[in-house]
Amino acid sequence: MAAVAVSGVDVRRPSRGVVVALVVALWLVLWALLKGLHTLALGPAQLTPLHQSLNDLNDAVGAGRNSNPLFLYFFNEIRLVIDEFVVFLQSLISQPAFGRPLPLIGWLGVVALVAFVSYAAGGFRVALLAAAGFTFLGFQGLWQESMDTLALTLAAVVIALLFGIPIGVWAGLSDRFNKVITPVLDFMQTMPTFVYLAPLTLFFLIGPASATIATLIYAAPPAIRLTAYGIRNVPGDTVEASESLGATRGQTLTKVLLPTAKRTIILGVNQTMMAALSMVTIAALIDAPGLGKTVIKALQTLDVGTAFNAGLAIVVLAIVLDRVTTAAGTRVERARLNRNPLAAKVRTGGLVGGGVLTAVAIWLSYTYVWAAEFPVDVEIGSSIAKGVATATDWVQTNLSGITNGLKDFVTLVLVDPLQSVLTGSPWWLVSAAVVAISVVLGGIRAAIASAVCLGLLVATGLWQDAMATLASTLVATAATMVLGVVIGVWMGRSFHADRIIRPVLDAAQTMPAFVYLVPFLALFAASRFTAIVAAVVFAAPVAIKIVADGIRAVSPTTVEAATASGSSTWQTITKVQLPMARQALVLATNQGLVYVLSMVVVGGLVGAGALGYDVVAGFSQGQLYGKGLAAGLAIVVLGVLLDRLTRAAAARSGRV
Amino acid sequence: MVRYGKTGVGVVLACALALAGCGGAKVGDTGSAQSGSTGDCGTFTIAVNPWVGYEANAAVLAEVAEKKLGCKVTKKDLKEEVAWQGFGTGEVDAVVENWGHDDLKKKYIDEQKTAVSAGSTGVAGQIGWYVPPWLAKEHPDITDWNNLNKYADLFKTSESGDKGQLLDGDPSFVTNDEALVKNLNLNFKVVYGGSETALIQAFKQAEEKKTPLIGYFYSPQWLLSQVKLVKVKLPAYAAGCDAVAEAIACDYPDYDLDKIVSKKFADANGPAFQLVKNFKWTNDDQNLVAKYIAEDKMSADAAAKKWVDANADKVNAWLPAGTK
Repeated sequence: MAAVAVSGVDVRRPSRGVVVALVVALWLVLWALLKGLHTLALGPAQLTPLHQSLNDLNDAVGAGRNSNPLFLYFFNEIRLVIDEFVVFLQSLISQPAFGRPLPLIGWLGVVALVAFVSYAAGGFRVALLAAAGFTFLGFQGLWQESMDTLALTLAAVVIALLFGIPIGVWAGLSDRFNKVITPVLDFMQTMPTFVYLAPLTLFFLIGPASATIATLIYAAPPAIRLTAYGIRNVPGDTVEASESLGATRGQTLTKVLLPTAKRTIILGVNQTMMAALSMVTIAALIDAPGLGKTVIKALQTLDVGTAFNAGLAIVVLAIVLDRVTTAAGTRVERARLNRNPLAAKVRTGGLVGGGVLTAVAIWLSYTYVWAAEFPVDVEIGSSIAKGVATATDWVQTNLSGITNGLKDFVTLVLVDPLQSVLTGSPWWLVSAAVVAISVVLGGIRAAIASAVCLGLLVATGLWQDAMATLASTLVATAATMVLGVVIGVWMGRSFHADRIIRPVLDAAQTMPAFVYLVPFLALFAASRFTAIVAAVVFAAPVAIKIVADGIRAVSPTTVEAATASGSSTWQTITKVQLPMARQALVLATNQGLVYVLSMVVVGGLVGAGALGYDVVAGFSQGQLYGKGLAAGLAIVVLGVLLDRLTRAAAARSGRV
Repeated sequence: MVRYGKTGVGVVLACALALAGCGGAKVGDTGSAQSGSTGDCGTFTIAVNPWVGYEANAAVLAEVAEKKLGCKVTKKDLKEEVAWQGFGTGEVDAVVENWGHDDLKKKYIDEQKTAVSAGSTGVAGQIGWYVPPWLAKEHPDITDWNNLNKYADLFKTSESGDKGQLLDGDPSFVTNDEALVKNLNLNFKVVYGGSETALIQAFKQAEEKKTPLIGYFYSPQWLLSQVKLVKVKLPAYAAGCDAVAEAIACDYPDYDLDKIVSKKFADANGPAFQLVKNFKWTNDDQNLVAKYIAEDKMSADAAAKKWVDANADKVNAWLPAGTK
């Protein structure tokens, strides 16, 4: 701690910015002199001994599978339980079961049930939205696929919560455990799914179990994090009061901590659902049933329209689930404050009536074909597909000249120079510069963390690929932040803008990237720029939302005071709102980075090369498996490096 | 309030009864002949690797197995590596279009002994460098590798710097292109598109907009029926010229696309295995079914049925003795 304080004083005399600029200038000079030396390049087909031994490990696991007791009695049991659970959900809503040609509950029953649950959890308006959304899935001609996706998502979410909430509570109560679990969660969220997809099928076989587990590995962390955060943020005096009244630890937990943290925990559930839905297309690569398959199949024939229609169904599911859980969160809050007896009675009546109505609908959909099978003659999915196909064709033919020019320009002035400095410098020069910058921005501890990460990158054997990926990541994050600030400020200042833009952001976040990759490929060809654009589309919504919330949180009186004292709109934004929303800006940058990194593998599919391609190739070719795994690790390390650095820098400058 | 609730329930029930009254068909009424004749074939699981030509093979086999042999067919959408893993765990019976994959053969056929070859599909696979037709027409000599350096400037992109771009793509296939460029002294840089989608889109657009492009591609592929890509001549393949990966300076070998089945499935020697073993057709046959799927937007099942109905002779030759 003392060291941090001392270095903090040391570097403050010339401002931090100046010192960083000096470090960068020195780096550039040395780069010019030493270009091409010690760059640790590795060809796409070359392997290091580490990659080779990872391959051997994978082979050994595969070969020993049928005789190993761990497989026979442990993994097989887990698989059986999860398989049964998913198949049960499917037989309820999506797949023929129990000797019937159709699932137990038909579309009418599901729509009624969803509306009823939404009403009970949220209120009348979300119930209406949920019913409309689910009916729309039927109109799209994707009822069964959507229900398969829903079944799998629900299974993953239920299992994630079953384990996630207790783990989150533990992490909320124990600092020690929290320290242990945080890096594990980082790992689960940044390790590309492609890396563990194939091994999962070795452990849990091909089927619902593997798909569910792949989904929940990625989806469980938000629930754990937010539960822990919620428990931690319960005011200390509330807990003390309860303890002084003689409550046991168990009572304090169930009567005080959990109820107070309920709203944050529900937010965690919401985030877990969204994350689970974002895995739909990738899980389809190991035979996960549902909408993902439709997307992947359509893309094999470049059928963007059909892929879009299925992607839209995922967006609709996501928006319904999001609004319902969000409404549930606010309801919890309102119910605590508002205890109006009349309102309670109306609600009870509604619940009873709705319950009966739902039961009838379920019975009808069990018995009659018209309520079980969504009528086909009202299908609009193919018209949606046709419309989208026409629109993309037009865009591709008429805009690709301009867009290719844009790509060439940005690549020439931004991506290429940055990449040649990062990949062309000796590895020790890059490391020295990054560690020096870490000292200036974050202090000694941040510098140590950076040094360890850089060492690990060298150890993966993929240094140069990691630097190429880093260059694209930085450009994408910068673009994300430009959008985040411009649109975020606009949304933060205008409720109208917010209302119109927010659904677009939701769609951009949940529409599977695979859907828009095809038009992007047409507009920008297979290139690093295409990968950058795809990453920005995915990452910008998060940054925009965070900035908008930050701007709105600036107290209105401050803004009014500024306006009253004659500040122009521009001055109000730059001198008052943005500086006061600094924490939000930092958080937006941090999250923007993490989201951009999670798109590295998708970038590998459209010409980004480097780590993304290594992971993709490792998934597809047995002899490159070890290299793909190493590349996955390198992505995790890059994520940790950038995350810790931005956080340390923020914490530091926040204190000054 | 409670009274309103009761009235509500009454109304609801009345509506429901009215609806039930007008009724309509009941679930399970329409004598679902789903269970049909299962024969002695039992279950048959085909892996479906993610490309259209493969899907054509799988769909036709599934159609025949279901309709003629009474098998209960399951199709699983899987990537190659995952599909081969499935042989050992008993979750996959057959892979019905395999492109070489000597590494997988070594691992699963020779070492783990969970898979065996079930012979050729009759389809010949070709990997190589291709250019869009307009380019071959405008510069006829571009289809010989000796002249490629002359045109390197034409192929420059933002990704290849001052060299020509050779677009590689699908990470599923082995590529020797990096070695080829080096050993043939070509002024090109290999750029990794990273997916089949990226390759198809690039070639399709290059022909539409008459932009120059050279890249890795293969046949059979459904795009070739839309855009007749022209293959670039590389130094001829000779047995053994690709023995040392870094020293390769010759064309890719021709692939005899074959079928791989699980050892258990082969040993049981049921009708479905006989069918897979006998299954053999031609590039033209596969291209036709692939066209139904990719261009005519038919479902794989419908496309297969159409072809099977029109080609009874060929199909009959695949059926095991005694079921014809």
